[in-house]
Amino acid sequence: MKEALYFAVRNRKLVFGASVVGAMLLFAIFGPLLAQHPALEYGGVLSHAPTTHDSYWFGTTLLGQDVYAQFVTGLRLAFVVGALGGGIAALVGMLVGFTAGYRGGIVDEVLNMLTNVVLVIPTFALLLVIAAYLQVRGILAEAVFIGMTSWPWAARALRAQTFSLTSRDFVGLARLSGSSSWRIMTREIAPNMSSYIVMMFILLFGNAILIAATLDFIGLGPSNTISLGMMMQLSVQNAALQLHLWWWFVPPGIAIMLIVGSLYVMNVGLDEVFNPKLRSL
Amino acid sequence: MALSVDDLRVYYRTLKGDVRAVDGVTFDIADGEIMGLAGESGCGKSSLGNSLVYLTGRMRLVGGRVELDGRELPVADFRAMNEHRFRDISVIPQYAMSALNPTRRIGGIIGDLLRSRGYRMDEIKSELIRRLELVGLDRGVLDLFPIELSGGMKQRTVMVISTLLDPSLLIADEITSALDVSTQKAVAKMLVEFREREFVKSMIVITHDISILVQVADTIMVMYAGHLAEKASAQTIIESPRHPYTKLLISSLPEVGVRYTERKLVGIPGIPPQLLDPPKGCRFADRCPLARAQCREECPPFVQVAEGHQVACWQEAA
Amino acid sequence: MSLVEFDNCCKIYKVGAFGSKRLTAVRDVSFDIGAGEVVSLIGESGSGKSTIGRMILRLSPVTSGQIRFKGTDVAPLKGDALKEYYRHAQAVFQDPFSSYNPIYRADRVFKLVKDAYFRGVPRDEWQRKLETSLEAVSLDPSQVLHKFPHQLSGGQLQRLLVARALLLDIEFLVADEIISMLDASTRIDVLNLLGDLKARGLGILFITHDLSLGNYISDRTVILRKGVIVEMGATEKVFGDPQHPYTQMLLASVPHLHHRWEDTEASWQAGDDAVEVDSHESTLVTLEPDHIVRREAA
Repeated sequence: MKEALYFAVRNRKLVFGASVVGAMLLFAIFGPLLAQHPALEYGGVLSHAPTTHDSYWFGTTLLGQDVYAQFVTGLRLAFVVGALGGGIAALVGMLVGFTAGYRGGIVDEVLNMLTNVVLVIPTFALLLVIAAYLQVRGILAEAVFIGMTSWPWAARALRAQTFSLTSRDFVGLARLSGSSSWRIMTREIAPNMSSYIVMMFILLFGNAILIAATLDFIGLGPSNTISLGMMMQLSVQNAALQLHLWWWFVPPGIAIMLIVGSLYVMNVGLDEVFNPKLRSL
Repeated sequence: MALSVDDLRVYYRTLKGDVRAVDGVTFDIADGEIMGLAGESGCGKSSLGNSLVYLTGRMRLVGGRVELDGRELPVADFRAMNEHRFRDISVIPQYAMSALNPTRRIGGIIGDLLRSRGYRMDEIKSELIRRLELVGLDRGVLDLFPIELSGGMKQRTVMVISTLLDPSLLIADEITSALDVSTQKAVAKMLVEFREREFVKSMIVITHDISILVQVADTIMVMYAGHLAEKASAQTIIESPRHPYTKLLISSLPEVGVRYTERKLVGIPGIPPQLLDPPKGCRFADRCPLARAQCREECPPFVQVAEGHQVACWQEAA
Repeated sequence: MSLVEFDNCCKIYKVGAFGSKRLTAVRDVSFDIGAGEVVSLIGESGSGKSTIGRMILRLSPVTSGQIRFKGTDVAPLKGDALKEYYRHAQAVFQDPFSSYNPIYRADRVFKLVKDAYFRGVPRDEWQRKLETSLEAVSLDPSQVLHKFPHQLSGGQLQRLLVARALLLDIEFLVADEIISMLDASTRIDVLNLLGDLKARGLGILFITHDLSLGNYISDRTVILRKGVIVEMGATEKVFGDPQHPYTQMLLASVPHLHHRWEDTEASWQAGDDAVEVDSHESTLVTLEPDHIVRREAA
C-alpha cells in the first residue's frame, strides 16, 4: 500500500489527471453557488458575448439565458451522471463477474449468455423506445439507463480476473478453513483485484459522461434540466457556429474533453503505479 | 581453454540499491567439458548463465572479463554480442518450452532465426532435418504449431534450434525441471549426445537437481549466494566434497533406497543471506557448523586444493 | 477400519462447449489410508494424483464411487457437517506463495481458522495454542508472526501451513507436492516433519512425482498412471521388486547420486510412450499380501 502511494505521487500522469479532474469537481461544487441567474431563465440580452461588467460572465445564449449558469449546472450533472451511471455499471458488473468467475459451471454459462445479450442490444434503439414511453425523463433515469447498458464489458473483464484468482491455492485453503463463499469473494478475491476495480471504475465513470453527452446531443437527454451535452445540442440547433456565438458551445465541449481526457490519463498513470513492470526505473 | 571467466560481477539495479547476484566469479571450462552449475534458488546460477549471453534490462555488468576460445566476449555490449549469439555461444533459457511463439509454426520460427543470422533456410534444411530425426522428431514437426507438441517434444525442438549453428558453448538453464522423470532422462542424455556428435563443444548445465548432473556432467560447480563454493569432477563432488555447504547439501538428498526409518536425513538450517547488502565475510558463515571468526571477517578465495578441485573455504584451504 | 477409504472413484470432466465431450481424469481408484500411516501417491503430470487429493477434501466433486472418512461418505456433507469434517482433514498445497493471499499477512491463515472454529477462545489462550503449534513445526514465533508472505521463505511458509493444520487436531493430512518448490536443503526438514506427524498418529496422503521422496517417507505406495492405479503395496515391495513395466520404467529413469543410468540406448520412445497404456479390460491382481499389480486380462 505504501509502495503504491510512493509511486502514485511521483507519477506525472496520475498527478496531472487527478489535478484537472479535481479542479473541475471543485468548480462543479462551488460554481453554481456563484451563479447570478437561474440557468433556464430568459432575461438577459440576446446573444451577448462574455463580459465582466455585468453578471453574464460566459455570455448569453441566442434566447438570453446565462451561459455560465447553464455551464455549472451541466458540470454538476456530468459528475452526477458519471458517478451514478458508472457506479451502477460497476456494481452490476462486479456482481455478475465475480459470481460467474467464482462459481463456474452452469452459473457461469447462464451469466455469460446474459452478458452477451445485454452487450449486443442496440442501446440507441432501446433508448428511443424508452423515451417514447416516459413523459418526463430526469437525470436519474438517464444515469440508470447508462449504468444498466454499460456493465457487460466490466463483467467480462472481472470474470476473467476472478477465474485466475479462484484457481490460486489460497482460495482452496480458505474453503478448507470453513469460510463461506460470500466471505471468500469479498475478503479474499475482491481485495486482490482492488487496483483493477479502481481503474475499471474510472473508465466507467468517464464512459458514462461521454455517453450522457452523446445522448443529450441527439436530444434524448433529461427533459427537465440543462446539461453540457444539451448546451451543445441547442447551440448547434440555433446555428451558433455560423453566428459566431462561440461562448455557447466552446465551454461545454472543452469541459467534457478535459474531464474525460484527464480520467483516461489518470488511468494510464494508475496502471503504471500498480504494475511494476511498466515503471521506468 | 573454451571459456575463461575472470572476476565476473553482475548486479541487478533496484530501487533499494544493487542486488549483488554474481559477485566475483572466476572459473574455466575446457574444450569438450560439460560443467554442471548447481545451487539453490537465488544463488545466482541463472544470472551467471544468462549474463554470458545477454544482459536483461535490470542487469548490469559491474566488472570482470569473459573470454571464449581465446577472444574476449563483449558481454556488456548488447549489439556486439549479436554477432556471437547462437554462433559461438548459445542458450536454452529457463521455460524455453513456453518461449515458442504460439502463433507461428516451428518451421517459421527457425526460418526467422536463421535469417537473422544471415543464413537461408534451404541451406540448412537438410542438416536441420537430420538433427530433428536424431532427437526423435519427425520432419513433419516443422509444420506444426507449438501447442500441438508435448512438453518433451518442445524441449527437444528448442534444444535443436539452439544448437543448429554449432556453437562452442551451450548454456542450458533448468531444461529438465518441468519435465516428467522419464522425459528428463531422455533430454539429459541428449545433451551428452550433442557433445559426442560435436554439435556443441562445451556446455554449462544449470540446475538445482544435482542427481541429474551426476549422470551427465564431467564437472560440477556449486554456487552459494553469488559466490562460488566448490568446483570438482562430478565423482569428487558426490564422494569427497570439501566445502561445508556441499557436504551438507549432498547429505540432505534422498536417494531411492534411503528410508526415513533407517536413516533420517538432515537439512541445512537457516536461509541464504540477502544479496542487497551481503555479509562481508564468507556468505555461508551463518549456517556453517565450522564457522570461525576469520570466516566472518574475510571472504575466502576460490583456490585450487587438489588437481582439478577448487574450493572457497578457509578451513579447507589451510 | 481405515481412516480414509477410496472405493471405485472416478472423476470425469465435461469439456467443450456445454460439456459435450468427456475427459476421464481418474478411473476406478480404490485404496485406503490408515492412522499413523504415510501413503505416497506417485504419478507424473496428468496422472490424476492432484485430482484425487482434491476429491478427498471436497474441493472437487467425485463423479462416481465413494470416499469414506472413518466409515462415513464425505460427498453428502454440507454446511456444519462439512465444517466439522475439515476439523479432522486438512491439506497443504504445492506452491507456498500461491497458498497465501498476498495482500494480507501470513498469519492471517490462523485467524481464518480461529474465526471459524475457535470463536470464543480468549486471546492469550489462542496465543499459547499458536505458539505450541509453531514449536511443533520448529518455527520461532517471533520470526514468522506478523510478517507478509514475501518476507518469509518457502520452507517457512509450508511449515506455517502445517502448523495451521495442527491447530485443528486433524487426523488426516493431504500433502500435495508440498516440497517440490522448496530448495534441497529445506526439503528434508519439511519431510522429516511429516515423519514426526506420522509418529503422532496422523494419516498422511503424500502426493508426489519424485520417487526418491516417496521411498524415503512412505509406508505404502500407489503408482498412478493416466488416472489408473498400475501398482500399489508396501513401499519396500513396490520399489524393491516392481512388477508393472511402468513402475520399472520410472525406477530406471530416476537419476541416482551414486551410480549412472544403465547405458541403455537413448531411445526416443523413452518416457511415457515406451510402456503401453493399460486397457480397460485390465484388472488389479494381488501378487502377495500388500503388493497389487495391474495385469491385462488373460
